Order: sequence, then C-alpha cells, then structure tokens
Amino acid sequence: MTLELLGITVLWIFLYGYIIVASIDFGAGFFSFYCRIKKEDHIVNGIIERYLSPVWEVTNVFLIFFVVGLVGFFPNTAYYYGTALLVPGSIALVLLSLRGSFYAFAHYGARDSLLYQFIYGVTGLFIPASLATVLTISEGGYIEQKGENVNLMLDKLLTSPYSWAVVFLAIVSVLFISASFLTYYADKARDVQATKLLRSYAIMWSLPTIFASFMVFLSIRTHNPYHFENMLNNSWMFLASFGCFLIALAVLFKQRNYGVGFVFVMLQFAFAFFGYGKSHLPYLLYPYITIENSVTSPQMGVALVIAFIAGLLLLVPSLILLMRLFLFDTKYVQGVPTKK
Amino acid sequence: MELDNTMLARILTSLTLGFHIIFAALGVGIPVMISVAEWLGIRKKDPAYTLMARRWSKGFTVTVAVGVVTGTCIGLQLSLLWPTFMKIAGEAIALPLFLETFAFFFEAIFLGIYLYTWNRFKNPYIHWAFSIPVILGSTASAFFIMTVNAFMNAPQGFNLVNGAIVDIQPLVAMFNPATPSKAGHMILSSYATSAYVLAAIAAFQLLTGKKHSYYRKALNLTLTLAFLFSIGTAVWGDIAGKYLAEYQPAKLAAAEWHFETKPQAELVFGGVLDKETQEVKHAIEIPYVLSILAGGSPDYEVIGLNDIPKEYWPPLFIHYLFDGMAAIGMYMAAIPVLYWLFTRIRREQGAPRLLLRGIVIAAPLAMLAIELGWIFSEIGRQPWILVGYMKTAHAATTADNVGEMLILFSALYLFLGIVSSFVLTRMFKNKPAEAELPAIPVEK
Repeated sequence: MTLELLGITVLWIFLYGYIIVASIDFGAGFFSFYCRIKKEDHIVNGIIERYLSPVWEVTNVFLIFFVVGLVGFFPNTAYYYGTALLVPGSIALVLLSLRGSFYAFAHYGARDSLLYQFIYGVTGLFIPASLATVLTISEGGYIEQKGENVNLMLDKLLTSPYSWAVVFLAIVSVLFISASFLTYYADKARDVQATKLLRSYAIMWSLPTIFASFMVFLSIRTHNPYHFENMLNNSWMFLASFGCFLIALAVLFKQRNYGVGFVFVMLQFAFAFFGYGKSHLPYLLYPYITIENSVTSPQMGVALVIAFIAGLLLLVPSLILLMRLFLFDTKYVQGVPTKK
Repeated sequence: MELDNTMLARILTSLTLGFHIIFAALGVGIPVMISVAEWLGIRKKDPAYTLMARRWSKGFTVTVAVGVVTGTCIGLQLSLLWPTFMKIAGEAIALPLFLETFAFFFEAIFLGIYLYTWNRFKNPYIHWAFSIPVILGSTASAFFIMTVNAFMNAPQGFNLVNGAIVDIQPLVAMFNPATPSKAGHMILSSYATSAYVLAAIAAFQLLTGKKHSYYRKALNLTLTLAFLFSIGTAVWGDIAGKYLAEYQPAKLAAAEWHFETKPQAELVFGGVLDKETQEVKHAIEIPYVLSILAGGSPDYEVIGLNDIPKEYWPPLFIHYLFDGMAAIGMYMAAIPVLYWLFTRIRREQGAPRLLLRGIVIAAPLAMLAIELGWIFSEIGRQPWILVGYMKTAHAATTADNVGEMLILFSALYLFLGIVSSFVLTRMFKNKPAEAELPAIPVEK
C-alpha cells in the first residue's frame, strides 16, 4: 500500500467515524425538538441527554481530525477547497459553533426554551446538508479554475439534481442512523416507551434512506460517468450495503437485539461509504486533485504515519473506556446513580 | 489602510484568534486548578476544596464549549482564508497540527469522563486521576499548536525549491528555535491567568460581604497558584527575550524603540517617539536592562533597527503592546505578595477591600496581557507570514466575500460572548457555595 493510499484510507475511516457519531448527535437534536412539538419530549429527553453529555466534544474532534489530516497529507486540497468553500464553509462553521456551544449552554437552563430547541434541532439537519455539499463538489463540475483563481459555481451547485439528491440522502441518513442507535440505547435503559417511539422513527426513516441512496447512485451516472463506471466495478460493496440494510430493518421489525440491528446499520453505511470512497479514487477533487498530489517529503509522510499509529494506540483504549463508562454501563444508561 | 483581501483576512483571523484565546487560555489553565483543588479536598478531607473543584468544572464546561467551537473555526479558517499559505507550508506543519488534534481528542475523551463520573468510584483518587489526562491533553495541545506558530516565526527544517517546500525534516521544523520560549511562556501565562480568573471570583464574593470560609480558602489557593505561575511566566519571558535578540532582532528592536546597535542598551518603558529624529521623549529608561534581557550581560550588543532594512521593520507601535504586557505581568506577580503581607498583619479582618478590588481587576488585566502579548508577537513579525520566506500579502485567499464573512463571524463571536457570560453568571448567582456546603461552619 502506498503512503498516500494509506493516508486517505485512515482519513476516510475517521470521516466514517464522524458520520456515525455526528449523525447520532444531529438526529437526536432533531428528535428532541420534534417530540417537544408533539409534547412527547419527556419520553426521550432523558435518554438523549444521558448519551450525548459525555460525548459531544468527542464528536467535534472527528471532524477537525479529518480536515487537519486531509490538509496535512494533501496540501493541494487546502488550496482548491479552501478557496472555493470560503462562503459555504464559513456558514457551516457558524452553524457548528452555534450548535456546539448551545449544547453546553443548554445544561444550565436554556433547554426548556422552544427557540433553543428549534435552533438545536434545525441546525442538526442543516449541518449535515452543508457538509455533504463538499462531497458533491468533489465529483467535479462545480469548481472552475481561471489562471490562479479558483471559483465555486454556486448557481450550478444549487440547480443540480445530483447535489440535491446528496443533501436529501444526508438528512434522511442522519435521522435513520440516529433513530436506530437511540432505539438500542433506550432498550438498554429498559425504557419501553422511548424504545417504542424511537423504533417507529427508525422504521419511518429507513425507506427514504434507501430510496435516496438509489437516487444518488443514479444521478452520479449522469453527473460523473467515470465515477459511476468505477462504482459498478465495486458493485458488490453496494449490494452488501443493501443486504445489511435489509437485516437491520428485519431486526427493527422483530423488536429485539437492537444492538445487532445497529451494528448492521453501521455496516450498511460502512459498505456504501467505503464503496463510494474507493470508486472515487484516485481523485480527491475531480479532475484537479488526485491522491498522487500528496506529501512530497517522504520523511513527513513517515512521521505522519507514525503519529497516526501512536495516536490510535492512545485513542482506541481511551474511547473504549469512554464507551464502557457511558454506553455499556447498564446502570449509567438507566440513569441510576452508581458507585463502584 | 486598504481593505483588500489580505487585510480583511488578517482582521478576521485576528478576531477569531483573539476571541478563541480567551477560552483557550482558560481551557489550558483551569483543569490544573480543578485538579489541585480536588486533590487538596481528598487529602485534607475538606469538602470545601472538593466543592471548589466541582463548581469550577461546572463553569468550565461552558468555557470549554466555546473554546472547542472557536478552535474549530480557526482550524478551518486556516485553509479557508490562507489557502496559498497552507498549500505551501501546510505540509511542513502537518505533524504538529496532527499531534495537536490527537492531544485535543485525548483531552475531550477524558474531560467527558471526568465531568460525568463524580460519585461513581468508591476511591476518590480514581476520579481525581481522570483530571491528569485532561491536563496532559490540554497542555500538550497548547504546546503543539505553539510549535506551529513558532515555525512561522523561525522556519527551518526544509528546502525551498521553485516556491515549494521540500525535504522536510518534521522534528527539526517542530523544535525550531522559537518553540521553547513561545510554548513555555504561553502555557505558564495561561495557568497564571486562569488562577487569577478564579481568584477574582472569590475576591468578588468577599467584596460583596460573603463571609464563608469557602471563599477565603479559594482565594488563598488561587492566589498562591497565581503567584507561582506569574513568576514562572516572567522568568520564561526572559528566555523569550534572549530568543528574540538572537533570531528576530527586528521584533525586539521595534518593541524597545532601539535604533542604534550597541552594548549596554537601556530598557525603554512608555514614552513618545519622534519617528524622524528617532528620539524618545517622556519615557522611563532603565540603563543596561535591555542588554541583560537580551544577552544576560550588560555588555551584550543589541542589534538596532537601523541595521535592518526599513521594509522589514515591524510597525513601531508594538512598543506599547510590549510595555503593557510587561507591566501587567509585574502587577500579577506583586499582588499576591501584598495579599500575604496584609493577611499576616491583619489576621482578623483579612485583606483590605482595596486589595480585593485589585485582585478582581487582575483577572481582566491578565487576559488583556495575553491579548497584548499575542498581538505584539504576531504584528511584530509583519510583513512576514513565514519569516524570511513568505510575505503575508501573498498568502491570503483570492475568493470574494471575505468582508461578508468578517461580519458573519463578528456577529457569531458577539453572540457567543454575550450568551456565555449570561449563562455563567446565572449558573452561580442563585446558587452560592454556602448553599451547597451547609456543613462547614461560618467564620466570624
């Protein structure tokens, strides 16, 4: 495996990690707002808060990690994406900032405000939509280069069916991933009411998710035939993804083993995401940047890989500890004060 | 001043950093204070210290949240506003940026654990132990990000071939000559400032007539730490001065209005400069001190601005920033000494009100000193973004709408500043410490 391939693989894994943890967070914000309107918030709020409180900061780091790693490994991306994304990137940053800080503020009184929940819930859907735009742009066709200037053709982006398909997929996936996870979490807390409600959300959002996936799949065909060709060559991954989706749905209908169900949701997205990523290569931004435009100094490449490995050796045990304390500690999940 | 893209990008970057650094400094320093307080609480079996740690960490969650989101902003703005710089230098600073995110990740994980596992372990030291990785993570991330900034001041460990940086030696680039002085000075001043912020809260409560021993204990503890860290910051400032004399003489000379290269140079404090005649009026001049600060000996020859081409001079107003920072630093080291003297003499009444007011003021002043020090350091290396290699004017984005983004982020920071202050005040106003600690006897 070449250095740049290793680099993009690790980065892709981190982006996948972000998609999962951020989806749970974003979806949770929306569900608690939605339940508030329907006056069912008392059912789910305890569950959501117990899960999110200790992990929200970790969620943010996944994203920063991906961006820093991408720029470090592939400095050209900073130039193209950085220049083109000034406006959409800044708007996404402002939304992320509002949401991130609001979560901390909420602990101290703001939670009961409807306006607060509205902002928290709605930004939770806008952020994935705006971040997904970056993936859209990476397909090419939305950035033009004139001499030294790089330009994002915003009107073209906003009128393209492909870009809207991606936005739609991002939103419904967030809701589906989040609801499947929260169903598992509520079930673990033996909260029958919350489980029932969240399970109904998971089922409700499952069909739009798979529908949107097909839409994206088909619209890539017209937008970027080269990529579509590559995707067909890796079609087994997308079939595997669909298979995992069917299993996850079956588990939801059978009303038990929600943990297994969530693992299959994760696998569904893993197959689709890595299939998409694999067929996207070698391009990072079609047709301007490929992974060959990566670090030029072998020493820096080696140093980065060592840092990756050392960092993972530090992070993985810490993450496991975090999960054991808050995710797999039944008493904590149930909200019972524990002493060990 | 022309409002072109470079200037707008500079303003937006300094706005983000200037806002972020308030929360970043607290993020680095407050965990140390929390950890010490919790440890004292366990060791002395005094619930007052445990409560201190709890209350501080409650407020800390709010500041840390703003720190995280503004840190995310600056992290991405580096690429959004300075794409050309990142394209060329991005690879050279990739390793420390990376390590910084790892350290931050590590801190985030253990902060979550620390904040939500009070009362979860029978042995209180287990919970306390979780504060150690938080401190390690936050201080390490400060260290790594400082090496990035140090690299911009003293770039080394690469070759420049046709405008591209090649043959990078990551560790040489990271441990450049500016790294020790910058990292040490910043970390210690963050500790000192955080200690003062907490001391100011306790002093303020005493001023409003609160008599509970909790506040006096908090004040004693935080002022002791503030003293130690302020002295450390000052000592490290000396290292920073020697670094500047050797590697960035233009910055030091501009800070001191030092024009003629000469030994036995005097330190200039305050004053007014006549730019034509290079004459300084109304200033306090302390003989030999600049030479001692720069080289450790009165005979050290300090390079003056006249030996540096005028196009590479930093703006001369940085003199006032430097003076302001140094004066506040001295104030910070002196206040705790006064406090001890008074509390020894007047055992019964405690510190006089005027001194308590002085402690309350010390917190915003300390924060101001950090801002001044940073502006001094950053403006002091203009016109360079990568000293000796790349000018700031060649690094900014070419995209339109930087002005609009400046307005957008200004509104964001204004909003975050107001809401976080509001939340922090409300959090503690109706819940005084004595209400949480009824068991402790009230002092007369």
